[in-house]
Amino acid sequence: MSLPLECYLVVSTLLFFIGVFGFIVRKNLISILMSIELILNAASINFIAFNRFLFPDQLEGFMYSLFIIVVAAAETAVAISIIINVYRKKKNIDVKSINELKY
Amino acid sequence: MEFLNLAPLVLALPFAMFLIIGLFGYKMCPKFAGILGTSVFALTSIVCYGIAIQYFVANYGMEYPKEVIFNFDWLHITENLVISIGFLLDPISATMLIVISTVSLMVHIYSLGYMHGEEGFQRYYAVLSLFSFAMLGLVVATNIFQMYIFWELVGVSSFLLISFYFKKPSAVRAAKKAFIVTRFADMFFLIGILILSYYTQTFDFGILTEVIDGQVPIVHDTMGGITLGGLSVISIAVFLIFLGGAGKSAMFPFHIWLPDAMEGPTPASALIHAATMVVAGVYLVARLFPIYSFEAPRVLEVIAYIGAFTSIFSAIIACAQTDIKRVLAFSTISQIAYMMVALGVSGFGGEEGLGYTASMWHLFTHAMFKALLFMGAGAIIHAVHSNEMDAMGNLRKKLPITHATFLIACLAIAGIPPFSGFFSKDEIIVAAFEANKWVFAVEYIVAGLTAFYMFRLYFRIFWFGEPDNGFEHEPHEAPSTMTIPLIVLAAITVITGICWAFGILQFSQLVSSDSLGYAIETHWSIALLSIMAGLIGICVAYILYFKKTGRPNTVVSYIKRPYIWAYNRFYIDEIYLFVTNNIIFKRICEPIAWFDRHIIDGFMNLLAWFTNSASEGTKEVQDGNVQSYAWVYIMGVIVITLLSILNYL
Repeated sequence: MSLPLECYLVVSTLLFFIGVFGFIVRKNLISILMSIELILNAASINFIAFNRFLFPDQLEGFMYSLFIIVVAAAETAVAISIIINVYRKKKNIDVKSINELKY
Repeated sequence: MEFLNLAPLVLALPFAMFLIIGLFGYKMCPKFAGILGTSVFALTSIVCYGIAIQYFVANYGMEYPKEVIFNFDWLHITENLVISIGFLLDPISATMLIVISTVSLMVHIYSLGYMHGEEGFQRYYAVLSLFSFAMLGLVVATNIFQMYIFWELVGVSSFLLISFYFKKPSAVRAAKKAFIVTRFADMFFLIGILILSYYTQTFDFGILTEVIDGQVPIVHDTMGGITLGGLSVISIAVFLIFLGGAGKSAMFPFHIWLPDAMEGPTPASALIHAATMVVAGVYLVARLFPIYSFEAPRVLEVIAYIGAFTSIFSAIIACAQTDIKRVLAFSTISQIAYMMVALGVSGFGGEEGLGYTASMWHLFTHAMFKALLFMGAGAIIHAVHSNEMDAMGNLRKKLPITHATFLIACLAIAGIPPFSGFFSKDEIIVAAFEANKWVFAVEYIVAGLTAFYMFRLYFRIFWFGEPDNGFEHEPHEAPSTMTIPLIVLAAITVITGICWAFGILQFSQLVSSDSLGYAIETHWSIALLSIMAGLIGICVAYILYFKKTGRPNTVVSYIKRPYIWAYNRFYIDEIYLFVTNNIIFKRICEPIAWFDRHIIDGFMNLLAWFTNSASEGTKEVQDGNVQSYAWVYIMGVIVITLLSILNYL
């Protein structure tokens, strides 16, 4: 026996909002990056669950989750390098300290 | 050799010279630029002479046709509105070709000496070429719009030449004045053109001036009977066109720019403000003469009165001026007014059209002797370095050639036979006598005044006695580049007069209102009268100015008030200044400026202030903090999602 679709969706929704919450409230750039990873994973779970339950004989959902993992890896690399540069300039990685781009 | 085929060169050569000297002149040595301009203009003159002579020879004794040598559509705006550029040859344009090319060539040569060493020598020659191009284009115009275009071009080149010494504030002021006054008059000209062409649907002179059975069909059929405010539209249109001509030809009350225009170099004054450009107004009226004569005779009468008034008015002023160029300027105004009078009193056809012939003939002779007078004045100014009579006197021995040629020109303008001016002026007086006794009386007095002020000038410069303070340095005769043009023009003045006197060539065989040659009989009774007027003028001038005596001052003390009025040019300039400063600027412009500054600008400022403060208040939203953006974004997404869910329920 297997769990119904709703269980997967509940998990992914929880994961998504945990990610959003983290993105909005954490001050540390690394934590924000991790929150983004959570959001991406929530999307991946959705893809896989829908693929598994709605179109079991097709593979698009799996393919998309693979893409997401690849993009996430690349994006993390870029983000980390940005964070390192921020650290070199500001000697900290607090998101509040990089707010020069405004009116 | 068929000169007519070379007609495009008449316009192309001077224009090419304008471009070449204007663009590359500063790289040339000044002398080369001058000689280049002069020699190319000499070529142009040869072509002009060839065209004019071939035209007159080919058609002598027959009706002179209006030959359109070339005419191409330049601007094709709508089906009906086409502006073309072309080359029209008829007796008056052929005459003008001779006048312009002769005087312009003489001025080109003369300037080599007179302008020698001036800063901007090349620029001077470039503008001179531009002027020659524009003036030639004006007289050969096939349609009234082409004429208008070149009309403005001569205005521009006149502006450029008056302001040649642009470091002198007075020259800049004079240039602005000339340009603004003539532009103001040209506005009426343009309105007149638009009214005329709105009804007739054409600009073409050939169609506009075609005469059939004592009327001008195109104008009569389209505009006849239409009135506006009690005046016929034809009269309004042609009067407005005349006003444009009055501006260029310095008729009262537009004359104020011409005396000030003397700030320009003297040879340019000789060319533009004495011989060619200022007669453009006369030429314009002559060009449209059939319309004036048949469709608007009352306007022609008004032209005669304006001309008569202007001629006596400026002749009186000329008697009281002390700057020799200004005397000549007022004399020019007076003589051009003479030509206007001649057109005004003229009828159409044969002997009736004597005024028309006389006007064109006087235009021709006046251009020659007035250019000669101006160049002579230039040679005198060159010698004594002043425009004022007080710095001159007793110069006849020191400037023998200038003296002889100046005397010839003075005799010509005073109307003493056998010089050319006598015949042309005499015919004008005869024409006035036959048409209108009042105008005749005025012109007769002006003839006497002309002789007086010209010989006042002559005796004052060449006899009288040396100036009180002596000369700045010993005056000496001008170089040969300057004296040769004087001699040539003096020769023309004498020869044309003698040709007429001995009946070798009568101008009336060449130019007449209906293009048919006719013979003029000299009316000796009137001729003797006018010679008498001239001699009386000369005698009075002789008594007063031949020797240094107190007589001029005694005479002035008898007529102190009128003398001061005439010396100050009857305060016309002051009236203009008063009207513009105290009435137009104070009463009209200042309230408008206030309205603009406070109401219109104020409204705009209010809008700007409103936008500015609104954005000041809301700019804090963009605070640079990524997390607050994310918060707004996510809330937005949630709200939109909820709304779309609600929509489904």
